[in-house]
Amino acid sequence: MNEAAPATHRRVRLGVHLSLAGLFGTIVVGGWILVALAAPALAQHGEAQIVSGTVFGPMSRRFPLGTDYLGRDVLSLILYGARYTIGLALAATALAALCGITLGTLAAASGGAFDGVLSRSMDTLISLPGLMFALVMVAALGASVPVLVGTAAVIYTPGAFRIARSVAVDINAMEFVLVARARGEKTHTIMIEEILPNMVLPVLTDFGLRFVFIVLLLSSLSFLGLGIQPPAADWGSLVRENIQGLGYGAPAVIMPAVAIATLTIGVNLMIDGFGGRRRRLFADER
Amino acid sequence: MNAEAAVQVADLRVTAPGLTGGQVMVVDAVSFAIGRGEVAALIGESGSGKTTIALSLMGYARGGCRISAATLRVGGTDVLGLSRRALARFRGRHVCYIAQSAAAAFNPARRIMAQVIEGALIHGLMKREAAEAKAITLFRALQLPEPERIGSRFPHQVSGGQLQRLLAAMALITDPELLILDEPTTALDVTTQIEVLRAFKRVVRERRVTALYVSHDLAVVAQIADHIIVLRNGRMQEEAATARLLAAPAHEYTASLLAAAEPALRAAPAQTARPLLEIAGIVAGYGRPGNSGLPPVPVLHGIDLAIRPGSAFGVVGESGCGKSTLARVVAGLLPPARGMIRLEGETLAGAAASRTREQLRRIQIVFQMPDTALNPARTVARIIARPLVFYHGLSGAAARQRSAELLELVHLPPSLVARYPGELSGGQKQRVNLARALAAEPSLVLCDEVTSALDTVVGAAILDLLTELREKLGLSYLFISHDLATVRALCDEVMVLYAGRSVERGSRDTLLRRPLHPYSDLLLSSVPELRPGWLETAPSAPAGIGRVVGMLDGCPFFPRCGARISDLCAQEKPPLRHLAKGAEIACHRTEEQLLSLQPDTGAAKLLPLATASTS
Repeated sequence: MNEAAPATHRRVRLGVHLSLAGLFGTIVVGGWILVALAAPALAQHGEAQIVSGTVFGPMSRRFPLGTDYLGRDVLSLILYGARYTIGLALAATALAALCGITLGTLAAASGGAFDGVLSRSMDTLISLPGLMFALVMVAALGASVPVLVGTAAVIYTPGAFRIARSVAVDINAMEFVLVARARGEKTHTIMIEEILPNMVLPVLTDFGLRFVFIVLLLSSLSFLGLGIQPPAADWGSLVRENIQGLGYGAPAVIMPAVAIATLTIGVNLMIDGFGGRRRRLFADER
Repeated sequence: MNAEAAVQVADLRVTAPGLTGGQVMVVDAVSFAIGRGEVAALIGESGSGKTTIALSLMGYARGGCRISAATLRVGGTDVLGLSRRALARFRGRHVCYIAQSAAAAFNPARRIMAQVIEGALIHGLMKREAAEAKAITLFRALQLPEPERIGSRFPHQVSGGQLQRLLAAMALITDPELLILDEPTTALDVTTQIEVLRAFKRVVRERRVTALYVSHDLAVVAQIADHIIVLRNGRMQEEAATARLLAAPAHEYTASLLAAAEPALRAAPAQTARPLLEIAGIVAGYGRPGNSGLPPVPVLHGIDLAIRPGSAFGVVGESGCGKSTLARVVAGLLPPARGMIRLEGETLAGAAASRTREQLRRIQIVFQMPDTALNPARTVARIIARPLVFYHGLSGAAARQRSAELLELVHLPPSLVARYPGELSGGQKQRVNLARALAAEPSLVLCDEVTSALDTVVGAAILDLLTELREKLGLSYLFISHDLATVRALCDEVMVLYAGRSVERGSRDTLLRRPLHPYSDLLLSSVPELRPGWLETAPSAPAGIGRVVGMLDGCPFFPRCGARISDLCAQEKPPLRHLAKGAEIACHRTEEQLLSLQPDTGAAKLLPLATASTS
């Protein structure tokens, strides 16, 4: 036989090829997730505990990030807030991605009228202004955790659906999918066996982006006073509650904002790292 | 070394970082020179380093690769000594590159003229008016239609062959010292290839362009190159003047390339009478069917064929003639608008979803592109096991056992099961592709251009495998290809398809004998021969696309036909004629008329194959 295998064998290695920025992003995000998990152990004070007589206190040895408008420890509040901000956003993103990917792949694999109806319904949903929709939902149903998660998921499902569908439509036209169809495979087998495994990277990238949007949406809701209710506080509420501190240059208003910024930028860097890896993989195919 | 040489390369090496950390030699100790006004050819299979060498002449290496050489001079310039900025001035000015896919090389959103003269404007060589005038001269030299106006079109408004010539005009606008042509005709149909090759050859000769022609096709290179460099695995195997290399190859590898360029006929087994697959009156196309039940874009217009058990039926035609659509119809991927498909007397439903699992099992399809035909996220083991589970309910140890047998059947080592498709070579992927089809234990395998994406030598090995499997397992094939030589090598019966209609049908031996349908004749005589000077004697027909949109009354080949009868052919459907040689053709001309119209221009080609079939 005159067929030599390519000189370089390429194994699929998950997460090995990450750019420096991607690595940095992963560390930041991983750090915040650890913080969220270990908040009770890390925080010196409770989240509703007033520990200082000084409001909008400066950074000090005792209160590394100062105190807030009630005299609570800002560091402890941010540590606890991480649980709400990251936890809620993660739950909402997972829900949105699950619905979006399932429906998107199904629409692509089925095609025809089913695809048309589903796509137009999603278009209708996507045309609603997100924040407005969230305000109406919260006003009608109250600001509980399930309502917040559900609302965010509904708002971001159509986007996830669009991305998943467009990726799946491309894969659906590939010859290995045609072979499966000619073999007589059912739609759900084609979805799970043939299409889904090849969507992982673009969908993961989209997941990260959507996570950032949801963090920002929930933070804006909290900033408007319609998110997580006191005494529990996510980072968005911390910014709102301490907005008066802006005049005093208090760290209490700056630091939660910095936390939001580091998380979102970290996730973005991490996604870019994934994206770079994907391009390299495709380049190797040639 | 020749002091007048336009290109001098000595001890060129290109290294790429290996995954395990070391360096891999992609190109190793290559030395050659091209004299001014000469055409040299780099020939080799994919992975032989031919494109890498061509690119290194532009001072370009792919990401991570490094070029080193004792000498690397183009014109008077030491390419390796150039800074980044100097390289930018050098490329597109002193060295120009013509890529394989012209469609990908043009920006679809800009007019052709703007793109053709861009190089001259960027390098500040001439004013826009002068550049446009020169472009028109080049268009004329390249025999493009309407040279004054073609520049104002967009890339999608011209044909593939024209686009390839426009790409040449783009490259020549700066009068480069070296023109690199990287497989410029590989993606074209044979009849188009002739026109493009002629235009290239003429412009290269007239303007005394120094050129490096990169190709895997010896017959094409034989027409245009003065000398040929044979490469394998990044090393030079042989370098010689074209005529000498073809007549007396010094190296064993060159000889094997020469042998693979003209595939030998594979033996045909005895056949029984009852057809395995019968299709009759198939009309199929794309788009939502209209009131008449016919699709708005009909592709197939009433196709009939019958495949006997254990035989191979070839369908040949240019791109767009509907041959892949035919495979899809048989596989149930595209339900036909009219007509009937019968497998061993059982009528099959049009859509795969309405066929029984047993019916589906008996027809398997193998696609052209080994890269897209295998799920990249699944291992070979899983890919082959799926039909075993699906059709035969095998799993666990039984499935593993059967997979190993199947791999052996297609001559692959069992150790490959753990690999992903991305880790296999093209030929290996195509074998896995076949193994997956065989796992179903089919009686009919639809082969859609299965060797087209492979190198000639690898493709020949696949043809051998198909022949062997046919004998061993009693398989039948519907073998679809644009390559007449391949179809003739494997198939017992051949159908020539033009614009979705069968123009000639008969045993493969009848394709060796005249008279032929005028289109079969054109197709046959357009296949490049290994003889220098063939290009000058090859036939020329007005280029056209093998696709006629919509139904028409007359013969679809009429606009390109050399033997047409003016009014009759345009208006009336050609009658089916049974020729004395045993074939049937659709043509208004009688057998005698065709015979007198087809002198023995292609006799040299017909003869050796005819003798091969009798031996």
